[in-house]
Amino acid sequence: MDIRPILSSLRRHKLTSALLILEIALTCAIVCNAVFLIGQRLQRMDMPSGVAEHELLQIQVADTVAPPNPYARSAEDLAVLSQVPGVLSVASSNQVPFGNSSSNGNIMLDPNQRERTLNATTYFGENIAKTLGTRLIAGRDLQSDDFVNVEAALKALATGDSKNLPTVTLITHTLAERLWPGQNPLGKTIYLTPVVGIRVVGVLDSLARPNAYDPAKAQYSMVVPLRMGASKDQIYLIRTRPEDRANVMIAALAALKKADPRRVVTTQRTFDEVRRRFFQDDRAMAGILVGVIVALLIVTALGIVGLASFWVAQRRRMIGVRRALGATRSDILRYFQTENFLLASIGIAFGMLLAYGVNLFLMAHYELPRLPGLYFPIGALALWLVGQGAVLGPALRAAAVPPVVATRSV
Amino acid sequence: MFGYYLDLALRSLRRNKALTALMVLAVALGIGASMTTLTVLHVLSGDPLPGRSGELYYPQVDPQDIKGMSPDKEPPQQLTLIDGQNLLQAKRADRQALMTGGQVPIDPSDSSLDPFYAEARYTTTDFFAMFGAPFRYGQAWSAADDEAKARDVVIAGTLNQKLFGGANSVGRSLRLAGTSFRIVGVLDGWQPNPHFYDLNTGAYAYGEQVFVPLKTMLELHLDHNGSTDCWGNGGGGTSSILPSNECVWMQFWVQLDSPAKVAAYREVLVHYSQEQKTLGRFQRAPNARLRNVMQWLDHNMVVPDDVRLQTGLAFGFLLVCLVNTVGLMLAKFMRRAAELGVRRALGASRRALFAQLLIESGVIGLVGGIGGLLLALLGLWLVRQRPSDYAALAHLDLSMLFATFVLALGATLLAGLLPAWRACQIAPALQLKSN
Repeated sequence: MDIRPILSSLRRHKLTSALLILEIALTCAIVCNAVFLIGQRLQRMDMPSGVAEHELLQIQVADTVAPPNPYARSAEDLAVLSQVPGVLSVASSNQVPFGNSSSNGNIMLDPNQRERTLNATTYFGENIAKTLGTRLIAGRDLQSDDFVNVEAALKALATGDSKNLPTVTLITHTLAERLWPGQNPLGKTIYLTPVVGIRVVGVLDSLARPNAYDPAKAQYSMVVPLRMGASKDQIYLIRTRPEDRANVMIAALAALKKADPRRVVTTQRTFDEVRRRFFQDDRAMAGILVGVIVALLIVTALGIVGLASFWVAQRRRMIGVRRALGATRSDILRYFQTENFLLASIGIAFGMLLAYGVNLFLMAHYELPRLPGLYFPIGALALWLVGQGAVLGPALRAAAVPPVVATRSV
Repeated sequence: MFGYYLDLALRSLRRNKALTALMVLAVALGIGASMTTLTVLHVLSGDPLPGRSGELYYPQVDPQDIKGMSPDKEPPQQLTLIDGQNLLQAKRADRQALMTGGQVPIDPSDSSLDPFYAEARYTTTDFFAMFGAPFRYGQAWSAADDEAKARDVVIAGTLNQKLFGGANSVGRSLRLAGTSFRIVGVLDGWQPNPHFYDLNTGAYAYGEQVFVPLKTMLELHLDHNGSTDCWGNGGGGTSSILPSNECVWMQFWVQLDSPAKVAAYREVLVHYSQEQKTLGRFQRAPNARLRNVMQWLDHNMVVPDDVRLQTGLAFGFLLVCLVNTVGLMLAKFMRRAAELGVRRALGASRRALFAQLLIESGVIGLVGGIGGLLLALLGLWLVRQRPSDYAALAHLDLSMLFATFVLALGATLLAGLLPAWRACQIAPALQLKSN
């Protein structure tokens, strides 16, 4: 189809055409970036935890008066919980993956180095790896004689005494590869402070940190053999079959309450809830972005319908003349479709540049990666489709204009 | 003339209902989205203590060891207990309070209530006067009570409602963590947003239920929650061992009511750091900061990134809606070229036509603004349904209501300028001839 008549007609409506192109360009730029942001959020929500997510329960109970021996109380609680029907395994822990609240330590490979090598999270508690269901891929699990009471360890730390401090640790595969790329991490030593040197005895396949905000550092986790003792900050983790979770939760709480009816249950949730809560803002943001994309495309489509209707009405006479001179209905239809395609294409071209600019701005202000080229065709396709869809109605109305219009004066 | 133009505008808008509806809808959607996000941003970046926050300052010093030091690094976000106590005792500001947070178990004497945990703030006497916390009953504990490690407690109005049905409970006793405390004061619904004095608790919608003297907390080893950052061989922070002096876990606020005092207090901090270095406790060169409330909130970037991103997104959307409206208005005005030509030929000046057309776009702006307001109310309701901690705060206030109409009218008048100007360029003779 010859596009010269279309161009010359558009040249007579420079301002209106320019506005339509601007609208398409802006929409294209925002849609490209919004789709990219949605992708980022969905990818983040998919972050692996490394644990048996559908089989875990988290319980925290607190006494109104601190028990005289928190370690004995903790051991009793663990024993009570393991007796509950349906419980497969029980652990105590200071934190859970994606739980937000975290203990972290600075890792050094040499006690005298000036800057830390990296910051990793420290899980402590008994039976963690087995209960969470994270796979040991090398070495051994922590054993009961590795464990030290946290209070004794803190006293030892304060006096600079290296006895009564934990001596071994489990680390994740990712952390091992980051600290000693390509080497066997078993037997290597990590320093948490100049006096706390701990030997790696086992490597875990995967275990996310509670504060997994940066995907690159989400797996920087270690498990240290420290006993916390019963307190409101200690977490009991229960592994059970997915279908038993609700019943086991009720029975476990009842069992803990039996030990002391004045205890306060501060947390009771499944790991599914832990994950849902941790990523709730990402889910909400992805939803808002979808809403914005839909709203933008609708507004742009309505704008195209409005302008195209106006143009069709304005050119009724011209259309009538063309029809009288032998143009078919489909010629007229194709004329308006091609016109829209041209405008959309110019808008999309500007939109790509704008999308790139918006991405540069976002990269500078929100720590986002560069927009991959893949996202440009998505925006282009969306706007071509919206444009063609929107113009169809007015174009059909134009095609229905009878040739006789040409003979009427107004 | 205004009334006549208004009448003309309404007639013209009625003539093409679909197009008018489209324009109003576009403006309303854009305004609704922008005002929803702008209101959230406005609420979250608001001043927690209007009129008072400019005089409240947060001192920071750097007690860390030499490891990992670099000259322009920020000092730690909090103070060690010993530095906090030293600065508190120095009393070099008009008012000062040292504090940290935690949770304490409350065992109500009324056995129909189960024991529960409540958010606690451990602080010193000036806290209430300095932050302007209003008392419903009673008053704060005294400086002497601070020193005496008194078993005194100030409770929030909501807790007073829960435990005593809102009656004056001053003088009654309350069991916290197994110890009996005497209630000395009841606050009257006080919860600054953001929770500026301790951001570790979460910045929004956080309020303490009980306030206990800091020294009492230290003596009883009450629970500490929040961030504890240690260096060297520092540690602690479990239920029975307090963080050591190589850990920061305290917040310290001072009131300084003149610029001269602020400058003097900066000197105090540098001087204190030097003195501690001479004594051998500090290893680094003096590295002190003194920010007021808004500077502190800004420095900590309390407004979530997502909220700012959503605001940007909404304004991008508004821009598209406005470009859309400009295009439609242009189309509409040009379609009436003949009518405008007649008015010009009959003696209407360009200025008069321009005014008439702007009034027409103003009407669209006003109706779009009302629609946008309704959409913003709906949008804010949706925001409140979300689980974020700031969700409950998303309410439209008077200033934002006003801003909605200014934005709607301003934006549509701006959008009307180009089409109106273009339509006024029409040569009257040409339009009359073609008919």
